[in-house]
Amino acid sequence: MRLLSRIRWLPVYLGAFMVFLYFPILLLPLFSFNTGVVAAFPLKGFTTRWYVQLFDNQVMLGAAWNSLMVGLAVSITSTVLAICAARAITRYKFPGQKPATGLIMAPLFLPEIIVAVSMLLVLLQIGIQLSLLTVILGQIVFCLPYSMSVLIAGFEGFDRSLEEASLDLGETAMGTFRRVTLPVVAPAILSSLLVSFTISLDEFLLAFFLSGTETTLPVYIWGQLRFAAKLPEVLALGSLMMTASVILLTVAEIVRRRAEKRVMARGGPNA
Amino acid sequence: MPDVKPMIEIRNVSRHFGTFRALDQINLDVAAGEFFSLLGPSGCGKTTLLRMLAGLDTPTSGTISIDGADCTEVRANQRPTNMVFQSYAIFPHLNVAENVAYGLKRMRLGRVEEARRVDEALEMVRLPGFGARKGNELSGGQRQRVALARALVMRPKVLLLDEPLSALDKKLREEMQTELRTLQQSVGITFVLVTHDQYEALALSDRIAVMFGGQIAQVASPMEIYQRPTTRKVADFLGGMNFLRGRIAAEAGAALTVETERFGTATLTKPPGFTASGGRATVGIRPERLRVLWDGERAEHELTGRIANRAYFGETTSLSVAIDGLEAPLSIVETNTFGADELNIGAEVRLAFDPEALVLMADPDAR
Amino acid sequence: MSGRVRRWAGSEAARGLALISPTLLYAMAMLLLPVIIIILFSFWKQTFLTVDHSFRLDNYRAALTQPIYRDLFLRSLWISLTVSVATVVMAYPVAWYISFHGGRNKNLWLFLITVPFLTSYLLRVMSWKLVLGYNGVLNSLLLWLGLIHSPIESLLYNADSVIITLVHSWVAFAILPIFVSLEKIDRSLVEAGQDLGDGLFRSLTKIVLPLSLPGVTSAFLIVMIPTVGDYVTPKLVGGTEGVMIASAIEVNFGRAMNWPLGAALSVTTMVLVASAAGLMVLALRLAVRGVRR
Repeated sequence: MRLLSRIRWLPVYLGAFMVFLYFPILLLPLFSFNTGVVAAFPLKGFTTRWYVQLFDNQVMLGAAWNSLMVGLAVSITSTVLAICAARAITRYKFPGQKPATGLIMAPLFLPEIIVAVSMLLVLLQIGIQLSLLTVILGQIVFCLPYSMSVLIAGFEGFDRSLEEASLDLGETAMGTFRRVTLPVVAPAILSSLLVSFTISLDEFLLAFFLSGTETTLPVYIWGQLRFAAKLPEVLALGSLMMTASVILLTVAEIVRRRAEKRVMARGGPNA
Repeated sequence: MPDVKPMIEIRNVSRHFGTFRALDQINLDVAAGEFFSLLGPSGCGKTTLLRMLAGLDTPTSGTISIDGADCTEVRANQRPTNMVFQSYAIFPHLNVAENVAYGLKRMRLGRVEEARRVDEALEMVRLPGFGARKGNELSGGQRQRVALARALVMRPKVLLLDEPLSALDKKLREEMQTELRTLQQSVGITFVLVTHDQYEALALSDRIAVMFGGQIAQVASPMEIYQRPTTRKVADFLGGMNFLRGRIAAEAGAALTVETERFGTATLTKPPGFTASGGRATVGIRPERLRVLWDGERAEHELTGRIANRAYFGETTSLSVAIDGLEAPLSIVETNTFGADELNIGAEVRLAFDPEALVLMADPDAR
Repeated sequence: MSGRVRRWAGSEAARGLALISPTLLYAMAMLLLPVIIIILFSFWKQTFLTVDHSFRLDNYRAALTQPIYRDLFLRSLWISLTVSVATVVMAYPVAWYISFHGGRNKNLWLFLITVPFLTSYLLRVMSWKLVLGYNGVLNSLLLWLGLIHSPIESLLYNADSVIITLVHSWVAFAILPIFVSLEKIDRSLVEAGQDLGDGLFRSLTKIVLPLSLPGVTSAFLIVMIPTVGDYVTPKLVGGTEGVMIASAIEVNFGRAMNWPLGAALSVTTMVLVASAAGLMVLALRLAVRGVRR
């Protein structure tokens, strides 16, 4: 009994923790439907005006389009690069494996501002015009560690005898990669695409430093934050972006779990 | 074996991983249509040898020929061999029919012929109508059959099996053993099986190669290898064996007369690689070749001892019998034809043995 | 060893290197090279648009002696240390609960915890402006409850609001490594301990805590390193009291156009972070060793 009474506070704490985690975030959609311009209680009334205004806003729509393009380019490139690296790390032993992996994963362990300014410095030194392209180049580096984590996990669960069986059945190395390796790790690839797209969509700092005249959504939001009157519209935009992120991440998670189930089923005949 | 030309010829094959010698100067022939087993403990090099036959690994030195053609450097996808993997390696993204048809796809047989051969193969492994199932909807035994069908559908000259039954439970394993043997006889393909289970090797094979530490210790038929193991290690690996110390009394060509402790003097055939150390030799006898005599029963060769320990297994009883003049107690396996009621610890028993069952070991006792 | 073995090993290594090289070269060009250049820059000097490439330590002298930068460094370090300690302390029970009592819903819990982390950083920070603002949710709530009669002004725009916001932003990230290390603990160890008469506290301090140290350490690092250089949070909720070093770096690369000084501030930040992280790891190890005795 004494042990039980000691444990009970844990779920309570967990509940409080979840409130702390979600409460501030849920304020965004709440106030985005509020008629008042100032985000304060009590709520004044329900409106979808801010959303309507948002979709008439050409600058915002331009930034959204930019974000979409950047996100696609970043997620595809970083996933392709991460497939190569994750495959190399999980399949082969080679000299310099640790430092190479360390370098690719380094953005996780560097203050982002430093990554941003040092990239800015190099790009300006080489004389490259800042544009959406430079944002893409920068965000790829930033997304690589996330793509890598997802894909390394995917490749590690991969039974090597599957590839050997394919070779044994007469398939070439390239054919084996196309017919066995890729389809089996497809869920990890999809998951990497979704995660890196989400990160790119929400990434602010690199986009802020490396973009030229054309901006992405987070940079656009940053510019709007100075104007109090723009707040409800920003809240509406933020709510939409958040919804998009949550949907993408949920899909990524479902895909990942399906893949996990498949791996488990393959794990052993007696399992 | 009636065939003159062997299906597989392995000549002086070695495989080194750094300084570790996984395989050391292996020479081996496997006849066409033979069911051949590589038997040994884990790490003895049997799987490495099998993978070399498949082309998934390359020898450091030596050559491997299959059906008369040197294929030492031939890649796995160019060889007339197919393999059943230990994990079965069923492609998880394909259904059973697609798995079986995987290798056929490259042959461009046409859809009708391909489907016919897939059905035929599934029929052969007794999985007709399973084509549409997904890999994760199959039981262990079914997965194993799919792996078999997928390999057999390629009509290989040699089928390689890497511990194919080790993942199955005991009952299923015994069932699959019978099936595997029947299948091999009906398709007439050369089978090479890797296993660490001596019963499996004995039950399935035409011949067995026992391997230790990257070398082949003995190649022989199951009966020969069980009854006439040449070394103490081989004898031990295949089952229980009582080792007796002996002294060489006379030597005439391949025949050797050995005086043993308590088992009298016997004339035995020298195994290959026999070394006598200072006139000493080791002789072995299997536990089931010793028999407990009942009251009033008489035998030509008898021993008397006392039961030191016993273990009851239902159909058999294992006894450990201490004999005066023998350092180690003798192991005996007694079939419980009349029950085992009187075989109690401490009881005095008389034992009968057949001197024909004595085998001379190539390596004498170190003591 | 024969030549063939070496050839084989060579090709295996070569294939691995060939496969990783596109990614590696990219990371070298976009990450390693920039960091090297920024280190070089920190030893140079800039007058308007011309850069003097001779080696000098002036920038570091400025970065380390000018009171404004010294204060910013100290505050950044202090804030990130506080945040990382707070996140780990807050995250540990959550990770513990999910790992030991999560049952079949472990993945769901982890998902629920990571979702807010992966939504826009900018928006999460902004949401705290809504909570802590003058007309914000907290003030409204307190007024409504009658606990205060006029809104508290000091909720926002100081170091505390920066800390709260950063904790909220990073706490989910601290849970994951702790959870992973707790998952690795063999449950029979805890049971064996309790079987031998350990109470909850003893099994926590003697078995679980030491064994989850790697997770705790990486949680510390994963929070501390990025927060030192955080730009968005102090800018949005920090006001003048909550400014951190990232703002100074940004100013030197932007309006002030003093890249070498900005570079020196960046390099100093990296060095400080690395040494603080090293000290943290060491302190944690010693602390656990102390508890274990």
